[in-house]
Amino acid sequence: MESEDHIDNTLNHLFRQESGKMVAVLIKIFGTENIEMAEDVVQDALVSALETWKYRGIPDNPKAWLYRTARNKAIDILRRNKHSKTIDFSDPERKLLTSEYTLVSTVDNLWKEQYIQDDFLAMMYASCHPDISPENQITFILKSLCGFSTKEVARSFLTSEDTISKRLYRTKEYFRKHKIYPKIPLQEEIIDKTKTVLSTIYLIFNEGYNATHGDKLVRKDVISQAMWLCKSLLDNERTQLSEVYALMALMLFHTARIDSRISSCGDLILLSDQDRGLWSKELIGKGNDYLNQSAFGESLSTYHLEAAIAYQHCISVSYEKTNWKEILSYYDLLLKKDNDPIVFLNRCLVVLELFGAEEALNTIKKLEDHKIVGAYYLYYAILGEIYERLIDPNRAVGYYQKAIKLTQSKPEQRLLKRKIARVLN
Amino acid sequence: MKEFLMLIRGGQEKYDSVSPSEMQKHMEHWQQWMSGLAKEERLLGGQPLLKEGNTITEGGNKVIDRPFAEGKELVGGYLLIKADSLDQATMMAKGCPSFEYDCSVEIREIAPLA
Repeated sequence: MESEDHIDNTLNHLFRQESGKMVAVLIKIFGTENIEMAEDVVQDALVSALETWKYRGIPDNPKAWLYRTARNKAIDILRRNKHSKTIDFSDPERKLLTSEYTLVSTVDNLWKEQYIQDDFLAMMYASCHPDISPENQITFILKSLCGFSTKEVARSFLTSEDTISKRLYRTKEYFRKHKIYPKIPLQEEIIDKTKTVLSTIYLIFNEGYNATHGDKLVRKDVISQAMWLCKSLLDNERTQLSEVYALMALMLFHTARIDSRISSCGDLILLSDQDRGLWSKELIGKGNDYLNQSAFGESLSTYHLEAAIAYQHCISVSYEKTNWKEILSYYDLLLKKDNDPIVFLNRCLVVLELFGAEEALNTIKKLEDHKIVGAYYLYYAILGEIYERLIDPNRAVGYYQKAIKLTQSKPEQRLLKRKIARVLN
Repeated sequence: MKEFLMLIRGGQEKYDSVSPSEMQKHMEHWQQWMSGLAKEERLLGGQPLLKEGNTITEGGNKVIDRPFAEGKELVGGYLLIKADSLDQATMMAKGCPSFEYDCSVEIREIAPLA
C-alpha cells in the first residue's frame, strides 16, 4: 500500500496542473450550460484515483490514468443524457455523441492531447468576458480552471464560502444564458481580448501578492497559479504576445521580493527597509529573460513599463543607489499612455527621492482638486511623507492620520501608525 | 426532404473475430462517415444492435429467445437519415463502413400514412 501522503502530493500537483484542462475539454463536450457537470466528472475522477491508487499504487502515467477515468465517466454521462434535454445535441458534431456508432470516437477526437491546451485557453478567454465582473472572473478561474476548492478560494479572498458560491453561480448563469462557445480569438482581435485576460491574471496575482493575511501557503499558491496561467498563454503560438512576456517578467520581479516585504507578524516592510539579501536572484534573472523576450512588436504596454520599473528596483544594491532618474522616465511614459492619478501619485514618490520634498509638493499639488484622489489614502500618505521630509511634524501627522481613516487595510494602517510614531520621536 | 431507414444486416461473424486495434480503425471510419452526414444535417440517428434478442410470433403468443433472422440476415444496426430521394439515400448508404465487414444495407423510405 502506498503512503497516503505520497499519493496526496502526487494527486495535488497533478490536480492543479490537469483539472482545469480536463474541465475545459469536458465543457467543450457537454456545452457551457453544463459547467457543473464537467466539474463533477473531474472531481469524481479524482476521488477514483485516490481510492484506487491507495490500494494498487500510483500508475506509471498518472495523468493518462486520470484522463482515461474522466473520459469514461463522461461517456457514461453522455449515454445517460442521450434523451434528456440537459445536453444540447443539436450541433452536428455533438449529434454524433448520441449514437453508439460514433460516441466513443467522437469523445476521443474531442479529447485529443494537441487540442487540450487550446481548449483551456479558449475557456480562459471566455471567462474574462467584460460582461462578467472582475471578481467573478477571478473566482471562476481559480475554482474551475486552477482546481481550487471553494474553501481555498474563500480563504485567499478572505471572504465566506457562501460569497464564493454565489459568485460562481452568477458566472455559470452567465454561461448558461448566453450559450457561449469558448474559442481562442481570431488574429485581428487577439490583442484586445488578450488585454482583458492579462488584466485578470494580474488581478489574481495581486490577490495573492497584496494579501497580508497569515496564510502564506494560500498566497503563494495563488501567485504561482497566476504565473502558470500567464505561462500557458506563452506556450501557445497564437497568444505569445509581447505584453504577455512583459507581464510574466513583472510578476517574477514582484515575486522575487515577496519574502522581504512582510514581516513575520504580518507587517508591511517598506522598500527602503527591505533586506535585499532575501530577494531571489533566480527569479530576477528569469524575469529579466522574459523582459528581454518581450522586446518585440510595436506595443509598449503598461506591463513593459511597470516591469522596467520593477527591474530597476530589483537590480539596485540599495534603496539610496536606486536609479530614480530611469524610473522617473518610465513613469512619464506610463502617464503619457494613460493619465492615471494613481500612477501620478507613485511618480510623486520618485520625484521626492530625485528632486526633494519641495519639488514633490509642487508636483502633488496638481492633484489637489481631483475627486478620486481626494478620497484615496495614498494621496494623504504621500503628503505626510513630504511634510515629514520638510520637517513639519504637525502637518505630517495630520495627513498620516487622514490616510489611516481612508484605508481599510490593517497592515497599511499599522504602517502609517509606525510613521506617525517616527515623526513624533 | 424525406426520411429513410438504413437497415444494416450481417457481418456478425467477422466482427466477432476482429482485433481491438482493427475495430478501433473501423470505428474511426464510422466516425468519419457519420460526421459527414451530420455536417450536411442528414443524420437523424442510428445505433448498432446486440446480436441477442427475442422474437414474438403467433399472434403474440410465442416467444423465441433469438432474433428472427440469422447470419447474413441478422439486423446488426440501423440509421435514420434525411435525403431528397431513394436514389440519393442509396448513394449516401454506399459509403457505409459496414461493407468492410460484408454487411448488406437495405434502404427504405419512411411511409407517410394518410
